[in-house]
Amino acid sequence: MNRYFWVLGAFIALVVLLAVGLNLNPRDVPSPLVGKPAPAFRLAVLGQEGQTMGPEDLKGKVWLFNVWASWCVSCRQEHPVLVDFARRGNGTPIVGLNYKELRGDGAIDMRRVPAEQEVPLALERASGWLKTHGDPYLLTVMDIDGRVGIDYGVYGVPETYVIDKTGIIRMKHTGPISPQILNEKILPLVAELNK
Amino acid sequence: MKPFFSSLLLVLGLISGPVFASATNEAALADDPVAEKRLQELSKELRCLVCQNETIAGSNAELAVDLRREIRGMIRDGRSDREILDFMVTRYGDFVLYRPPVKGITLLLWVGPLALLLIGIIAMRSYLKRRSSQVASASRPLSADEARRAEALLKEMNDK
Repeated sequence: MNRYFWVLGAFIALVVLLAVGLNLNPRDVPSPLVGKPAPAFRLAVLGQEGQTMGPEDLKGKVWLFNVWASWCVSCRQEHPVLVDFARRGNGTPIVGLNYKELRGDGAIDMRRVPAEQEVPLALERASGWLKTHGDPYLLTVMDIDGRVGIDYGVYGVPETYVIDKTGIIRMKHTGPISPQILNEKILPLVAELNK
Repeated sequence: MKPFFSSLLLVLGLISGPVFASATNEAALADDPVAEKRLQELSKELRCLVCQNETIAGSNAELAVDLRREIRGMIRDGRSDREILDFMVTRYGDFVLYRPPVKGITLLLWVGPLALLLIGIIAMRSYLKRRSSQVASASRPLSADEARRAEALLKEMNDK
């Protein structure tokens, strides 16, 4: 009797282990960047010719950094949440990082795009997308070749970072932000960081 | 004859597409054989975060291609293997390494299988011990009475 008790116990332990393990999202890789300064960059601003922007420009503010692209299907799902967030306007700026607007699009054969046309075409597509879906961003910077994305450990668009007043990354969310994640995780964190 | 040729062309087209595609990739790889060998060795140690069961060496995902380009650049800049792996870990965490370092959070990963093996060996030993004592107690010699009965049964069988 005692023996069966042990076997049953071991079996239940295994089931619990597998149930927990298999329900973990393998895409949810903890970012080593949380708690570290936001990597520096200086990129061209969409729609403002000649303008550039970097994280140090927003020192003293809590802000969201949202990675998006017009070819990214989940971004479309997430976008209304961001637009809503911006409209409710608690003054928290969202900066967009347009990630590989052309090069990331599987439908585009980059060998057929002349090098000098890449940037104008990317700008056109990105601003077109914002016109159609709404623009919640304070501004969007263009990461044409994805180098800045690599510095931020981007591996699936959309991704969102919460960056505090001193420029430290306080949270990273991979995948689309749902209203639930916005209300339960991001808004409380932003409120606390703004104190 | 005509349909034969057109189907032949079609087949050739299907085959040559991928061949040409990989040929352009290989051309990029071939310009510095030593650096490329290092790139291959290094990127075999690294997990592609998009298709998580592939190495960065083996994956054709966008990100893997970009990361190979980054690593190639770092090799050209004369960075050490350690520096290159650190570059990856600061961005993507220990998860990017197929052989993560032994530390608190990865301890279960390293020790877990050994611990399970150990538990298995202990369980098997205790089971075998119990079983052999059961077998020993079951295989005592027959009593005189039982021997007589067995004898009788065997005799009965032989007589039939």
